Amino acid sequence: MSPETKAVNATGAVTRAKLGWPQQFWHAVKKDWRLYSLLVLPLLHYIIFNYIPMYGVIIAFRRYQPGGPVYGSQWVGFRYFQMFLRDAGFWRAFRNNLIISIEYLVISFPFPIVFALLLNELKNLRFKRFVQTVSYLPHFISTVIVVGMIKEILSPSIGIVNMVLKNLTGNTINFVSEPKWFRTIYIASGIWQQLGWNSIIYLAALSNINPELYEAARIDGASRYQQIKYVTIPGILPTVMVLLILNIGNLMSVGFEKILLLYSPLTYETADVISTFLYRLGLINNNYSLGAAVGLCNSIIGVILLTTANFLSRKLTESSLW
Amino acid sequence: MKSRLKKRITVFDIFNNLIMIFVLLVTLYPFLYLTSLSMSSERYVYAGEITFYPKGFTLGTYKVLLRDASFWISYRNTILYTALGTLISLTLTVLLAYPLSKKNLKGRGFFLGIILFTMFFNGGLIPTYLLVTRMLHMRNTIWAVIIPGAISTFNVLITRTYFEGLPVELEEAAAIDGMSTYGILLKIVLPLSKPILATIGLFYAVGMWNNWFGPFIYLDTKSLFPVSLYLRNIIAGAQNAREIAGGEVEGFGDIEATIKSASMIVSALPIIMVYPFVQKYFVKGIMIGSLKG
Repeated sequence: MSPETKAVNATGAVTRAKLGWPQQFWHAVKKDWRLYSLLVLPLLHYIIFNYIPMYGVIIAFRRYQPGGPVYGSQWVGFRYFQMFLRDAGFWRAFRNNLIISIEYLVISFPFPIVFALLLNELKNLRFKRFVQTVSYLPHFISTVIVVGMIKEILSPSIGIVNMVLKNLTGNTINFVSEPKWFRTIYIASGIWQQLGWNSIIYLAALSNINPELYEAARIDGASRYQQIKYVTIPGILPTVMVLLILNIGNLMSVGFEKILLLYSPLTYETADVISTFLYRLGLINNNYSLGAAVGLCNSIIGVILLTTANFLSRKLTESSLW
Repeated sequence: MKSRLKKRITVFDIFNNLIMIFVLLVTLYPFLYLTSLSMSSERYVYAGEITFYPKGFTLGTYKVLLRDASFWISYRNTILYTALGTLISLTLTVLLAYPLSKKNLKGRGFFLGIILFTMFFNGGLIPTYLLVTRMLHMRNTIWAVIIPGAISTFNVLITRTYFEGLPVELEEAAAIDGMSTYGILLKIVLPLSKPILATIGLFYAVGMWNNWFGPFIYLDTKSLFPVSLYLRNIIAGAQNAREIAGGEVEGFGDIEATIKSASMIVSALPIIMVYPFVQKYFVKGIMIGSLKG
């Protein structure tokens, strides 16, 4: 906007130049009111359902009383923050959250890349399309059903896994009730759900590699393995880096709904994460202020991680979210 | 191209195809297992004999399930929520994405800022819950399920990207002919945007079909439950599966497993059936999204 204003100033046409941006904006709205009118409903939705709750975070600093004002009746400062920071349950959830997130990222991240590379090497294109289509399916199945499947398959009395175990070892394991199995189940089912879907972006990167590079490599006598090593992998490396950094930025956000459906008091020891912890504080025990305080803390960690990841991405790969 | 045509099959190709077959089996097996459980007679299920196919084939479980009125009510609710929710979401998304696709829109950066900021920071569960229940009084209404999450910023961004790629000449010509902005959007832009409308419409529809957490925290009235919540309750054991069976089938653990499996299959069925025909739209959406991301 400023260069335009300067240009107008230079020619001496003062009428428009003197207008600040609110007036300029108002002029535009008057002229194009139909276009702006389209924005009203959706922006109202954003304000009500995103910005009012942001303001509502204030409840973390106020005492909420049932039946009292929505945003509490008395300012208590950081009392609720001190309260949860002294709570061993919070630190357990924090630790679990960190462990699950990091393990999930490290273990699951390579799968879609390898899958995309292998798909790319398939010679029968119809078979390739078929595998792709099937592999995306789990992404669209609801978490409720995924967890239901897990519980059936791992059931100690009738599940297939335990029937095989029983035949081999004579023992059964109640997987979903044992804390030490929780992460394994969470991560393995996560890979099952997202393998195909997450490979789409790598397949897109692979299809953008210039075919002439392969041609040239072949003329130079490169074997298929060498072509993968020197053409394919460098070709998708930028995509891999961007996604890795994005994933680090979203590290703290775990599959809240899946954990909520999958865990039980028996497995809280390893399964309880920040979002489930605050859910129980807030909506089960009705301690809204305490829950909101934990939630705010979680959001802030998220923003810091994402900003850091974005900064690193811009430094290292020259591509970033903003 | 010629070297491709030779199609020499190497050891690697054999291994690669075997890996792919393995991926197919692992992906599909849970569905096969559930189907087998749901179509087997309780005797074999209880003995843990089900592996790859139904034993003692019976559709009895489905008959029991289909006679359960609350299952049908929740199924009908899901269809209603999905249809209405998708319509509202699509409308709001288009209304927002279209003006934002105009590069010369004054205040565009500001509006974009407002919507992008919500991708990085939000009030969180508790303040949203208080808003919906205490301020908007939406508890136990269909609106609590449909309205709060109606707009996905990701979908707004991919729709905007699509609109930006449409040829401006058509819109300019229509404007010169005296067509208003509303007319241009309805008669010129939307007919050209069927692929993106299909894509985001399907994203919204699947999201709404699978949505259980919103209904879980905002609904108490059983007759408003969507099928996802019905399922969640029988899987969590909150609603005894035997209650549904009405004591018609003897035994216990076994029946629960067959009923659970059958209800999971029936509620996932529309997605499994429609999915192969529409998956290209989902992929397209991700491609448009990834160009920006």
